[in-house]
Amino acid sequence: MSEKILELNNVVFSFKTYAGLVHAVRGVSFEVRKGEILGIVGESGCGKSVTAQSILRLNPEPPGFFEGGEILFKGQDIIKMNNKQLRNIRGKDIGFIFQDPMTSLNPTMRVGEQIEEVFIGTGTPKAEVRLKALNIMRLVGINDPERRFMQYPHELSGGMKQRIMIAIALVSRPSLIICDEPTTSLDVTIEAQILDLLLELREKLGTSIIMITHDLGVIARLCDRVVVMYGGKVAEQGTSEDIFFDTAHPYTSGLLKSIARLDMERNQVLTPIEGTPPDLFAPPKGCPFAARCEYAMSVCCEYEPSKTTLTEEHSTYCWLQHDLAPEVNLIVEKREA
Amino acid sequence: MAKYIIKRVIAAIITLFVLITVVFFLVRLMPGEPFTSAKLTEEVALNMEKYYGFDKPLYMQYFQYIENLLHGNFGYSMFYTNKTVNYIIGQGFPFSADVGIRALMLAISFGIVFGILAAKNRGTKIDFFCVIVAILGTSIPDFIMGALLQYFFGIKWGLLPVAKYRGFEYTILPACALAFYTLASVSRIMRASMLEVVQQDYIKTAKAKGLSNFRITVKHQIRNAIMPVITMLGPTVASVLTGTFVIESIFAIPGMGKYYVESVTQNDYSMILGMTVFYGMFLVVCNLIVDILYGIVDPRVRIGGK
Amino acid sequence: MHVEKNKKLTKEMFVVMGKNADDMELIIRPTLSFWQDAWRRLKKNKAAIIGLIIIVCYGLLAIFAPFLSQYEYSTMDTSAIDASPSLVHWLGCDSTGRDLWVRIWMGARVSLTIGLLSATINMCVGAVIGGLCGFYGGKLDMVMMRIVDILYGIPSLIITILVMVVIGKGVMTLIIAMCIVGWIGTCRFVRGEVYRLKGQDFISAAKILGVPDIVIIVQQIIPNVLGLLVTNLCMAIPGAIFQEAFLSYIGLGISPPNCSWGVLAKEGIKMLRVAPHEVAAPAFFICTTMLALNLLGDGLRDAVDPKLRGTD
Repeated sequence: MSEKILELNNVVFSFKTYAGLVHAVRGVSFEVRKGEILGIVGESGCGKSVTAQSILRLNPEPPGFFEGGEILFKGQDIIKMNNKQLRNIRGKDIGFIFQDPMTSLNPTMRVGEQIEEVFIGTGTPKAEVRLKALNIMRLVGINDPERRFMQYPHELSGGMKQRIMIAIALVSRPSLIICDEPTTSLDVTIEAQILDLLLELREKLGTSIIMITHDLGVIARLCDRVVVMYGGKVAEQGTSEDIFFDTAHPYTSGLLKSIARLDMERNQVLTPIEGTPPDLFAPPKGCPFAARCEYAMSVCCEYEPSKTTLTEEHSTYCWLQHDLAPEVNLIVEKREA
Repeated sequence: MAKYIIKRVIAAIITLFVLITVVFFLVRLMPGEPFTSAKLTEEVALNMEKYYGFDKPLYMQYFQYIENLLHGNFGYSMFYTNKTVNYIIGQGFPFSADVGIRALMLAISFGIVFGILAAKNRGTKIDFFCVIVAILGTSIPDFIMGALLQYFFGIKWGLLPVAKYRGFEYTILPACALAFYTLASVSRIMRASMLEVVQQDYIKTAKAKGLSNFRITVKHQIRNAIMPVITMLGPTVASVLTGTFVIESIFAIPGMGKYYVESVTQNDYSMILGMTVFYGMFLVVCNLIVDILYGIVDPRVRIGGK
Repeated sequence: MHVEKNKKLTKEMFVVMGKNADDMELIIRPTLSFWQDAWRRLKKNKAAIIGLIIIVCYGLLAIFAPFLSQYEYSTMDTSAIDASPSLVHWLGCDSTGRDLWVRIWMGARVSLTIGLLSATINMCVGAVIGGLCGFYGGKLDMVMMRIVDILYGIPSLIITILVMVVIGKGVMTLIIAMCIVGWIGTCRFVRGEVYRLKGQDFISAAKILGVPDIVIIVQQIIPNVLGLLVTNLCMAIPGAIFQEAFLSYIGLGISPPNCSWGVLAKEGIKMLRVAPHEVAAPAFFICTTMLALNLLGDGLRDAVDPKLRGTD
């Protein structure tokens, strides 16, 4: 097993609102290893974005705050860092790519300058910074970087803007990049290009990537390991293989059943997961998925399931793994021979 | 950019033309004969008749008037006999411009600074103080502000000269009185805009780059937050300008506003007509400059329009 | 897919019950209607409530105070010229010996009426024209917007002054003069807002369902614009009072012996050296009214701002 560069232990992050606390992240633990792509998947409002942003402390604090846990980056706890230490990590050691490139670039600043900005305060000479910026623009597939450098965001297309965002995240060669649904607002062809680009960059630079998405297709294509989140908690985690072929959580199988696959029969009907995720303003006391789970048992509504380790990599939080539970088949996808 | 400027210039010319037309017909359609007054000497009456062409039909008078304006000729005063409007503008404008520019600089610079301070220290005493200043400022009309300053600093404490316009210390009170309202509205807008911008995604991007708070504030927040202040510069110039009407009469400054107010109270119609057109032109030109400035500051405006 | 095998069921807790349709879409957060939420937030805003109370008090005083006083607003008393405030004359007398307390409230009637009326007329005219242009678009919109753009470029106060010069002094003429160009701001803002709403999916949905235009306007557009309009109105009233005071100050507003706050301030400023209380009284009431309306307007704006919904 290669070395861990990021480790989240039981992170709890909440927001204060007029109606009380919203518990957005409720005890999430996972790790990111060197050079791997980790997917975080879940539907809207499951806490995946808040988790990602809490790694760089980008959630507004206040109203948000950490209720507990630790985020270890190369052994140091990010939650305990002061502003200056945080600044040295943001953009330099950890890059962040946001969901919407349309609004994530400063409209009144030339894109080149926005890339170069990452080096401010590092004492890198100007000429070198310029060179690095132009190189990274070329690397992320921007033709004619010298001309693009002088342009403003509104002069670029959506895909081009996301390339700029990726360039910003990559320019200082960080050891980890967090992508918060980087392709959600782009069309499918551009999405494919951007995903290929990320894979290629991982090969070239050996960067670790956290890929946050609600799209299992992206996960299948990109990720080595996957964390499935639901209701502010981890539901299941394991290698992509585990998640797709040895599914061990009803939510994961629900997700898999709801997407179209090539090997499907022509008139086979897709099954959606009925209902909506729980309101994290007052999360249910048992398993958050119980209300929507087709195998829900009375224990699920009463007690939170604990972690069950299936293999070294694969673990799940579900009462169905208990000795007393009936055996059910959660596997949706058949492993190819 | 050139296309944008040309578009703006054409719009300004049309506006000016409409303004002149409206003003001219309004005054000419007045009941009675506004241009006949017993006080006029024969010479002035003759000059005016020639200038306005009373003997000709209305539409000819209109063209005559436009032609005179194109020659830079604004007409005659009925009250200050023998003086042309051009002469009075030449006399008064330097004073008005002086006090107006001082007030504008004061208002815009302090307004922006107050707005930034308030937004950056949201919810603290500094914010509270700035908000109080802003609310008071927009609640006190400038003529009352003028009277208050005059009473306390001039009459009661004798710190500054009460009236006239003879040197730097004479300019302080009128400029402050004139600036206060604008200062307050600039700071309100700046504060609101700062708070709006801070929620934008690109501020989060800047934060994720590891930039210092100072740089995020200056380069990303203020730069974008200042846009609404620039859009309101046009109306601001207008409000400072109309403010000079009363401030000049309170502080006895021999500026254009004082003459304007006098012409209104004296029913000096020809002067009202001439000076209204002049003010209108001045403001339209100011708006044009602001529009062009906006195009320079905001790269999005330059190309496809809005 | 095979269902449970009951062989290991030793505790009934482990019986599969399946989905729970009631809990599935449970909404726990308290739901508030738009106006309930706005009112809740307005009530929390102490400054806005103080503003509201001041305005109501001034309104009542303007109606009743002149009746309840022994003095007439136009009766001159040569023995009380420039009298200072006392128990006899609560706010003192002016330079012709008229009681200022009564004159202030007579002035309030004029100033408040002008403020309220002209702001309301401006808002209605602007909202109707802007709303129609925004909703129907097309040629009407294009022509109207060109006209509005040009009118917007003309300094409104200059036109107001000129109209006053032309049609003469008086309360009604003042209102007319202020309304000739005053609606343009509201018109632009309402048009923009309606145009934005029209593009949103819930309006498209209503259109696809064949809901008649008039129903869409009444049920969808108006409720969404109303909050902003009320706020706008509240912000426009101080502006109108301000303008009235300004016009009266430069001698174009109300002619004596009638009075408004602007006239009183003007008369007071003339006597600044001799009897400062004569300017203090109108200045105080103008400023507090403006302050109250500004506070209320700010509070309303925050209360109806959809972006601030649900926050403190």
